[in-house]
Amino acid sequence: MRINLASVLVDDQTKALHFYTDVLGFTKKSDVSLGDHKWLTVVSPQDPDGVELVLEPDSHPAVRPFKTALVEDGIPFTSFAVDDIDAEYRRLTALGVRFTQPPVEMGPVTTAVFDDTCGNLIQIAQATAT
Amino acid sequence: MHIVEHVADVYNALADATRRMILDELTDRDGQTLFEICARLATKHQVASTRQAISHHLGVLEEAGLITTRREGRCKLHFLDTTPIDQIARRWRRRN
Repeated sequence: MRINLASVLVDDQTKALHFYTDVLGFTKKSDVSLGDHKWLTVVSPQDPDGVELVLEPDSHPAVRPFKTALVEDGIPFTSFAVDDIDAEYRRLTALGVRFTQPPVEMGPVTTAVFDDTCGNLIQIAQATAT
Repeated sequence: MHIVEHVADVYNALADATRRMILDELTDRDGQTLFEICARLATKHQVASTRQAISHHLGVLEEAGLITTRREGRCKLHFLDTTPIDQIARRWRRRN
């Protein structure tokens, strides 16, 4: 058994595809129409055959209150690895991304948290140089 | 007067080491989410309290007027307010 997919629950798949590709820099892998919604995944260009991130609709009624509560407390839904968190912070800020936490050293990692514009907060993390 | 009414709450709020650490971290960066405060306490101070416990501490600090909260977008942020501490300092300042 292996993990090949991870999901984020997004309020709008078209908007999400724009943010996760044009802004974050991931590439589209699957885009299959399933009636109202799509099976839509992105991958990192650094690992095109690696784990796919599913941009999944958040239309189930239980999802919105859950997402709202996480965002209110500043809790990221998931985390991505970066090599240079300060450079990513500068790059994404210049693209208009809103951070709820700039890079802060948290023990073995330096983390930052931003708004994905689709109802989630996302963390980026870099292993602290030892 | 406001200062007399709430001064006991300020001492009580400051009497707890975790609450003092929260104020320390807010001096490092003002305007943090609950998540950031919890992460800082866990990773920088080895405070293993639950999110609910930290939330309670924040409530005590807010009640004492030592922090204020404000919504930014859909996030709730916590800000340091040292006004009550300044009032304590003024209370015992030598007058001559």
